[in-house]
Amino acid sequence: MSAGGAVDALDTLGPNHADPGTAWIDAAWAAALCAVDPQGLGGIVVRAAAGPVRDRWTRQMQALLAPGQPLRRMPARIADDRLLGGLDLTATLQLGRPVAQRGLLAETDGGFVLVPMAERLPAGTAARLAAVLDQREVGFERDGSSQRWPCSVAVIAFDEGGIDDAAVPASLADRLAFRVDLSALSLRDCGAAAAVADEIGAARVRLPAITLSAEFTQALCGIAMRLGVTSLRASVLALRAARTVAALAGHAEVQEDDALMAARLVLAPRATVLPESGEPAANDAPPPATPPADNGERGRDDNRDAQAQALEDRLVQATQASLPAGLLAALPGTERARAPGRVGALSASPRFGRPVGSRPGEPRGGARLDLIDTLRAAAPWQKLRRAAATHRHASIHVHADDLRVSRRQQRAGTATLFVIDASGSSALHRLAEAKGAVNLLLADCYVRRDQVAVIAFRGRGAEVLLPPTRSLVRARRSLAALPGGGGTPLAAGLEAAGRMAEQVRRSGASPVIVLLTDGRANIARDGEPGRARAEADALRAARQLRGQRLTVLLVDTSPQPAAAAQRLAREMDAMYRALPHAGAAELSAAVQALPRQAR
Amino acid sequence: MAHIFPFSAIVGQDEMKLAILIAAVEPRIGGVLVFGDRGTGKSTAVRALAALLPPMKVVAACRYGCDPADKGSHCAECATLKAGGRPKTRLAPVPVVDLPLGATEDRVVGALDLERALTQGVKAFEPGLLARAHRGFLYIDEVNLLEDHLVDLLIDVAASGENVVEREGLSVRHPARFVLVGSGNPEEGELRPQLLDRFGLAVEVRTPMELAVRVEVVRRRDSFEREPEAFLERWSADDETIRRRIVGARKLLDSVVLGDAVLERAAQLCIGLGTDGLRGELTLMRAARALAALDGEDEVTASHLQRVARPSLRHRLRRDPLDDTDAGARVDRVLSEVFAA
Repeated sequence: MSAGGAVDALDTLGPNHADPGTAWIDAAWAAALCAVDPQGLGGIVVRAAAGPVRDRWTRQMQALLAPGQPLRRMPARIADDRLLGGLDLTATLQLGRPVAQRGLLAETDGGFVLVPMAERLPAGTAARLAAVLDQREVGFERDGSSQRWPCSVAVIAFDEGGIDDAAVPASLADRLAFRVDLSALSLRDCGAAAAVADEIGAARVRLPAITLSAEFTQALCGIAMRLGVTSLRASVLALRAARTVAALAGHAEVQEDDALMAARLVLAPRATVLPESGEPAANDAPPPATPPADNGERGRDDNRDAQAQALEDRLVQATQASLPAGLLAALPGTERARAPGRVGALSASPRFGRPVGSRPGEPRGGARLDLIDTLRAAAPWQKLRRAAATHRHASIHVHADDLRVSRRQQRAGTATLFVIDASGSSALHRLAEAKGAVNLLLADCYVRRDQVAVIAFRGRGAEVLLPPTRSLVRARRSLAALPGGGGTPLAAGLEAAGRMAEQVRRSGASPVIVLLTDGRANIARDGEPGRARAEADALRAARQLRGQRLTVLLVDTSPQPAAAAQRLAREMDAMYRALPHAGAAELSAAVQALPRQAR
Repeated sequence: MAHIFPFSAIVGQDEMKLAILIAAVEPRIGGVLVFGDRGTGKSTAVRALAALLPPMKVVAACRYGCDPADKGSHCAECATLKAGGRPKTRLAPVPVVDLPLGATEDRVVGALDLERALTQGVKAFEPGLLARAHRGFLYIDEVNLLEDHLVDLLIDVAASGENVVEREGLSVRHPARFVLVGSGNPEEGELRPQLLDRFGLAVEVRTPMELAVRVEVVRRRDSFEREPEAFLERWSADDETIRRRIVGARKLLDSVVLGDAVLERAAQLCIGLGTDGLRGELTLMRAARALAALDGEDEVTASHLQRVARPSLRHRLRRDPLDDTDAGARVDRVLSEVFAA
């Protein structure tokens, strides 16, 4: 399919975003546009699990690259010395002076970095990538040397978002122009690429000369606002995308079709609200931009303004087709509020923390060479080795058994999971206390390294209100509107707590569960009412928690200390405190008094 | 990377720009923290600052770039140089040093010079980023993602103005006075209270929501990317004006008068907000003085105080976890009470 052909194909698209054909066309276009202007557009977030569809798309993307343009895979858990660069150990030892080694980013200069499982990318790695995208150079200040290399890359982030709560870190996603979704496609739905390599090359040449009229700038910014896309980076990216589409379509100037395509691909997938259609917007539109003194475009007349408005409306209508599915159902203004991927670190990382001496070993798996100790270990033998050496010009003779790596110690963080009984009449009161305690814990510097999470159970099941976080801002937002009332599915709450505790453990922190309840369950595990079964289920869930060997504090919130709650505490080997009128401060103090688990 | 977006071309974000200018005039303010939405030009503003600052005089042979006029310096190099009469000086650009995430401790504080240790067997100190930032700015993007042990180290050095290195058999101390500039997004996590306290000013940036402003931001960014030379040319006069304003304000700063009436207002403000310690008042007064100097006035007025109250105090309020009100709004509330009286 030629570039022009695909533009024509747009007219025939139906309004259904889930249409697999559309999804493929969008994905193919995103690939083609990124191939034309990788640095300008930043890259693509591709929602797709590993599989033949993704492979096919990747192969098509690869076919569009210029000869020699690199495309490298980056594991989400890459170490800094490989990502940014570091000391080249072999060369350093061989030459007897420090030799820097480029990292993966510098090696990929001019090409594409492929990030599988990007939803698990640690926030720190995402921030490093973001900095490189912004500055177009990569530098490191590590291991006693410092280096900078030019580095223009585009990032293709595969979001394999499963059921666990993780999304591509927003700091990275914000800088990537496109978001495409291949998750619902089968191989049958895959079409051709949007362009062939020759067209890409030609478009690349045309791109710098493409002009963009002021109306389109205005219209693209207008649409972004109407779709609730607040980040200005999105608007800047949409402008660049419009130019790139024009270049690919062979236009000298951005035309309406080009702008439309850009709005569809860049802005629509970021939409957070449904745009009001057509007429009313024309009336309450903000006053026309006062053109600044520097662009010499003064005095825009009403007629032209109306035209611009009409253009914007047409573009809005066209983007409506590709708004994210489920936007209607979602609460207005809620973006995917998910925790940045933290899951997956199986052990406390040896790369961080305070150095506490060194031990013999090879600098692998994130362990860092302690050069000084290595040299110290080698020093006494130099005379002997020099005499025995085959190549005498080497100034230092270091053998493998001299190598020392630094030992680092990291205090493992704690994650306090609040499990709140949100059922019944006193729920609102309890929730307010829990909210206060969560905030206090976050604000308190003593628990600086700690994370906090909130699970509430009411009605027929449990809900994670706040995935483990350190952010006060997020905590406040998630807790602001917390519903209460209904039955008490205690078993479901305990199970949810157990699952999250396991997740927290996998991320390297120690979970502490704080359970606020009166212990009177009346909804069974399967969601059916009935006190007897509900209580049996709750006790079973409690025993399971005990099996996980977790630190649990049960805060009995009933007016008088309740036998049910005490029994529950015994079953899960929890500490028990009756705090019928527990204030936020008392609660927070009780949590802090918990013995820290032996690590 | 050759071109830096001009400071004067940044649309809006007045509080952020003001805070940065105040820090440029009065380095003792202790740093600027810029927290807020993505894509609001936080790092653009900081990087633009580097291009804006007039060059400074340094002792030519001192590798820490000390001020020739500085008598009380702890710099060992300068002490040797000055012992032999007046050392040579030269002009050098004010450093704006990036502290990238993933930097290791040895590069931040300085460490044994590897090359010389390996090739010559000489024990020599190689200064790190802190030394490079001396008398300038140390910029940390995504400051809330910085590793804890680096934060500890920064807190210490920023407080003492001196970097003491005791490692690998080296024992070195050198002056490291810098303005700490941090930026970040609160969604990524909170900042350690101790580090928060080191920042004199804290500003919050929000994405502008007026269409006209947004269009202008996008348009300027676009034309900067398309024709950087022409764009820089167009804004060079405005940048020059700001540069002159900074230079003028620095000269004026020491002679700016701070009257008792204003002092009292400042104290009332801090009492009203219940800020911890005296640092709030101190910052408030320094900032107000710098602002008066920037305005070319020789006395601090109530309006200066009002304009710097938010950035000076918003991060010093005692946290009331149950009060969801934005800290800036709380400062405003007390401001209006104090100034209504």
